[in-house]
Amino acid sequence: MLFLKLFFTFLKIGIFTFGGGYSMIALIQNEVVVKNGWMTAQEFTDILAVSQMTPGPVGINTATYAGYTAVVNSGLPGWQGVVGSLLASLAIIILPVTAMLLVLRFLSQHRNNSVVDTVFRVLRLVVVGLIAAAALLLLTVDSFGTPGINLQFIISIVIFAVVFYFSYRHRTNPIILILASGLIGFLVY
Amino acid sequence: MLWKLFVSFWKIGSFTIGGGYVMIPLMEKELVDRRQWLTREEFLDYMSLAQAMPGIFAVNMATIVGKRQAGWRGVVAAIAGNILMPIALILLLAIFFRHFRDNAVVERIFKGLRPAVVALIAAPVFRMAKSAKVTLRNCWIPVVAALLIWLLGVSPVWVILAAIAAGTIYGKLSNRNGVPD
Repeated sequence: MLFLKLFFTFLKIGIFTFGGGYSMIALIQNEVVVKNGWMTAQEFTDILAVSQMTPGPVGINTATYAGYTAVVNSGLPGWQGVVGSLLASLAIIILPVTAMLLVLRFLSQHRNNSVVDTVFRVLRLVVVGLIAAAALLLLTVDSFGTPGINLQFIISIVIFAVVFYFSYRHRTNPIILILASGLIGFLVY
Repeated sequence: MLWKLFVSFWKIGSFTIGGGYVMIPLMEKELVDRRQWLTREEFLDYMSLAQAMPGIFAVNMATIVGKRQAGWRGVVAAIAGNILMPIALILLLAIFFRHFRDNAVVERIFKGLRPAVVALIAAPVFRMAKSAKVTLRNCWIPVVAALLIWLLGVSPVWVILAAIAAGTIYGKLSNRNGVPD
């Protein structure tokens, strides 16, 4: 049953996401592309582009879009896709919110616990690796073109380098970078 | 109060593009300066808690502030405000985009922006490495985590569970030996 599977998959993604939307990407990708095959890697990259260009938390946006795409890709009608997207978005927040409410209660009783502190320090390190994995997994022929001396690959590398520079160094707004890259694609190809 | 929570988080969710951390300045303005629900120190404390806990950063912040101001009803109001508009917008786009996917112009645009998306995910790796205090001594942890997922196809779930287990053991051991850090 696709809807049940969708719900439990996003339940899992929600509770195992530490460190915000970007670390969630590796998890969602692993579940929806690799394990369940609900969409191709290229479709997933397109979803990420749209999620980053629209307002709202990237995690919610990705879950909504992925939920819709998974259902419609399996041949079901669009309104069921809407149900799938709402299900995925609800599933992704329900466990973290419950955990948060429990922790708020717990923390008002135990302010400083060094074991809890250490766990969070290790988790923060792992999250850096998780986001790196998400980026590495997207280094595919789908997003960059076939490696070699050809137009698409060279342009792709240049776009990657320039966007990385502006995002890292100048914290340029992602929407500007995405729109500019889209415009370049439109003009060049 | 419920309405104010809804509106504040609606603003935070609807006027920020690019996800969680882009929302921080707007959150600070709205929650600390405008509504004065939190002091600046409380805001920082809650922010680190929201970042440390599983889930989506903005939704976690909505949970904390909603609970503090108006109990569980506040939680629902704040979260609903935060995510309703983005969900509606994404749905419209998802429906629209399916019809235009195979359009030649759309394909050209996406050919250009796909590498940009990858770069936008790669950049926070290096920014976050700083705030997570990655050093020469502990840099093997993120590197091994990334390689396990990327090359060996290990599910991130296992990597996170292993990190929680290792952190718990390490924390308990350093407690017993009286090592302060």
